[in-house]
Amino acid sequence: MSDPALIRLSAVTKTYGQGPSAFQALKGIDLAIGQGEFVAIMGPSGSGKSTAMNILGCLDVPTDGSYEFQGVHVERLQRDERALLRRHFLGFVFQGFNLLARTTALENVELPLIYRGHDAGARHAAAREALRQVGLQGWEHHTPAELSGGQQQRVAIARAMVTSPLVLLADEPTGNLDTKTSREIMDLITSFNRDRGITVLMVTHEPDIAAFAGRVVRFVDGRVDSDHRQGEAA
Amino acid sequence: MLWNTLLLALRAIRRNLMRSFLTILGIVIGVAAVITMVTLGNGATKSVSDQIASMGSNLVMVVPGQRFGPGSGGAPNFKSADLEAVRNQISAAEWVAPVVSKSVTAVYQASNWATVVAGSNNDYFRAGNWELAHGRTFSETEERAGKAVCVIGATVREKLFGGQNPVGSEIRIKQFSCEVVGMLKPKGQSAMGSDQDDIVVMPLRTVQRRLSGSQDINRLSVSVRDGASIDAAKRQLTLLLRERRNIAENEEDDFRVMDTRQIAETLTGTTKILTMLLGAVAAVSLLVGGIGIMNIMLVSVTERTREIGIRLAIGALEREVLLQFLIEAVVLSSLGGLIGIALATGASMGLAGVMGVPYIFDPAINIASFLFSAAIGVIFGYFPARRAAGLNPIDALRHE
Repeated sequence: MSDPALIRLSAVTKTYGQGPSAFQALKGIDLAIGQGEFVAIMGPSGSGKSTAMNILGCLDVPTDGSYEFQGVHVERLQRDERALLRRHFLGFVFQGFNLLARTTALENVELPLIYRGHDAGARHAAAREALRQVGLQGWEHHTPAELSGGQQQRVAIARAMVTSPLVLLADEPTGNLDTKTSREIMDLITSFNRDRGITVLMVTHEPDIAAFAGRVVRFVDGRVDSDHRQGEAA
Repeated sequence: MLWNTLLLALRAIRRNLMRSFLTILGIVIGVAAVITMVTLGNGATKSVSDQIASMGSNLVMVVPGQRFGPGSGGAPNFKSADLEAVRNQISAAEWVAPVVSKSVTAVYQASNWATVVAGSNNDYFRAGNWELAHGRTFSETEERAGKAVCVIGATVREKLFGGQNPVGSEIRIKQFSCEVVGMLKPKGQSAMGSDQDDIVVMPLRTVQRRLSGSQDINRLSVSVRDGASIDAAKRQLTLLLRERRNIAENEEDDFRVMDTRQIAETLTGTTKILTMLLGAVAAVSLLVGGIGIMNIMLVSVTERTREIGIRLAIGALEREVLLQFLIEAVVLSSLGGLIGIALATGASMGLAGVMGVPYIFDPAINIASFLFSAAIGVIFGYFPARRAAGLNPIDALRHE
């Protein structure tokens, strides 16, 4: 099922700056990810995992090499074309939640639907349903300041999932949460992967979080150091 | 997409109500100032031109001598033949009224009042655009026979009769008594500041016989036909009178021909220029308000960098972010414009009352100010919006 791959990085490099101060964050990455996989990307800081995540999330383009998403060469796309790719196929969850302040949970979840041009009725219904799926029924009209960290991350997940994306990109989704809440968030993400077949790419540096994934890719110094599949997570 | 963007902009404004209000304060004050200044200026212009129109804006006055006012400086007065000549030869003249004026004291019972008697005929009322409040004008017999009858102005009535109807009463002027047959509607101050209603009008012959003791005429009041050129009428009058008064070609006129429109234009011209100046000063404050919007929007872009990052990551296009910020700025400044218009309406109504000028709603300046404030939103919102839209989503998301 992973052939043809949903995502394929071939000889991807990324260099920041120019001349003597140039810094090569990625030194040639080859990576193929199939539909429905749950991949954890690990590695020490500076290993290039965030850079790889930005490229995978179509937020950035490789300096060299190619990135095919569903056979489309992302490195050849314009800024706006990549935005449309994100809009229609990708969902993002960040370490810092990144919700709009002074904006209710419902409005936060509606945001991607506004950009997709859904009308108000459909938007409300979909956003409510997404909030229900993350267990936040009854919290629709609370602003982030009135929610706990775990709840905020649930809102963020609902926002990412409300569009039913192909791929969920989670950048240290549990980095700001305690162990118990982290587990709950991971259970949620795992369930989306398992029940709805959504491909999940997750950056983390915690082994017990990575353990939820079916495949762990370890970055070291701008290269893929190891890539192995593990048995069904507990 | 436009509707959605408008929705996003409105949500962003609602999220920051206090800041939004402060942002538009400059525009509110600017718009209110411009509209109030122009409206009051228009009112002042209107009241000046109303006063002059009440004199008869098509009125031309011919006086002997080069000075306006009593004493002709040696230049001879006009004769009744001059009057006839003007009547017959100036085609643009509609009504020609001879005037002999005398300063007198009018007495009624215990009251007396120093005023001016104008000896003329019914053409005086027609040429000067006078209307009667009570009574009647002169009969032909009264004019021909020089009867002691008079039509009085509102000021004379008030000073002598108080609130009473003067028609039918007799007032004493010098050595004779004179029946009041009519009262004129008030006109108020003239453009020169004198009280037009402080007057007693009598038949020309009555004044000539009983007060001036000569057949001379002090002044001709000529009303110009609608549509006829006042300047042409004045030129014709000048030529005719020069000829009749035997003025050699190299000599100056020993009389003056003046029209009220000239005075009107000069005076309303002044208030119009003042209106424009005040409006321009106020427009500068509008511009400053626009810079305020730009300032706040730039701060807003910096402050909301993360939000912009989120929007971009979620899949907002560059132009959608640009449009959102632009619409935010335009909505804010238009809102400021609307509030400014409301404020200006209240302020101009109140101030017009205080200043005693009429309140005239000027749709043009209201619409122009509104459009201008919206345009300010576009102009001063564009740069910050451009900056927001151009942000790199990764950097924006990382922004603290």
